[in-house]
Amino acid sequence: MSEHTTSVANGRRFTGFVSIREQQHQGMITLRGDLHSDIVSKAIFEITGCAVPAQRCVERADTCAVAWMSPDELLIFCPYSSVANKEARLSRAVAEEFATVVNVSDARAVFDISGPAWRDALAKLCPVDFVALTEGEIRRTRAAQVAAAIWVSGPEDVRLVCFRSVSGYVFDLLCTAAAPGSEPALYG
Amino acid sequence: MLLLTCPCCGITAEETEFSPGGEAHLKRYGPGSTDDEYEAYMFQRKNPRGVHFERWRHSYGCGKWFLAARDTVTLEVFGTYPAQTTEPPADIVARIKLKRPEWEGYR
Ligand SMILES: [Zn+2]
Repeated sequence: MSEHTTSVANGRRFTGFVSIREQQHQGMITLRGDLHSDIVSKAIFEITGCAVPAQRCVERADTCAVAWMSPDELLIFCPYSSVANKEARLSRAVAEEFATVVNVSDARAVFDISGPAWRDALAKLCPVDFVALTEGEIRRTRAAQVAAAIWVSGPEDVRLVCFRSVSGYVFDLLCTAAAPGSEPALYG
Repeated sequence: MLLLTCPCCGITAEETEFSPGGEAHLKRYGPGSTDDEYEAYMFQRKNPRGVHFERWRHSYGCGKWFLAARDTVTLEVFGTYPAQTTEPPADIVARIKLKRPEWEGYR
């Protein structure tokens, strides 16, 4: 197996008024195709244990999660060790469909952001009404100048997914936004 | 601030999450058309002060194209609708006529 392509953020951590940590070696697969197709939903269920999520939602099961990214796109989270196997099985399962499956694990970066004030930190970077974003939802938007997807994975936890090529930029952004004492306190 | 609701993912966001795509409902004139038709298709765009129909892309969001009817002066949005629509939908036209009785109508 080839070596992991490391991210500029390189698993760094920062503790401000929220804590930030790059989640290294997260398996991620992008599936594009007809999400209403029975073949696609059956394949997703058999390989991840998850149903096809509703608009802007994330389904979870055991070690996998499936996020709704657009009307024809899903992002599948799974352990890095199983990503090649899952990609191959998914590709085979949807081979006859108008669909594509790609392992994007080394093309994306994932940041775990934890703490009750995560909305205050992200509100500095994203043009989003975070009151309207609840647990189990995912919101694609921008973080300052780059695209980002924000998944509310727990009551005080979010995961931010961005392109790997801008992971250093996003880590620096998040650290600045979370600087101790800089809480805008927009959200009670 | 211009707030748009993407009909493809249901998100309402401000304009920096979107990319403008120019005038909506253009009819393509390609090979076989007259020079005048081709010139109009390529270069001549409406630039109204008031009601306008535009293409937008939810570039930082779901990535999809859609169409929007809005007022270029007040930034009031009358509605957004799928890109696969060849002319303004009747319900949006009716809404505009209610709010802008002086509007001369589409085309
Ligand atoms: Zn959208």
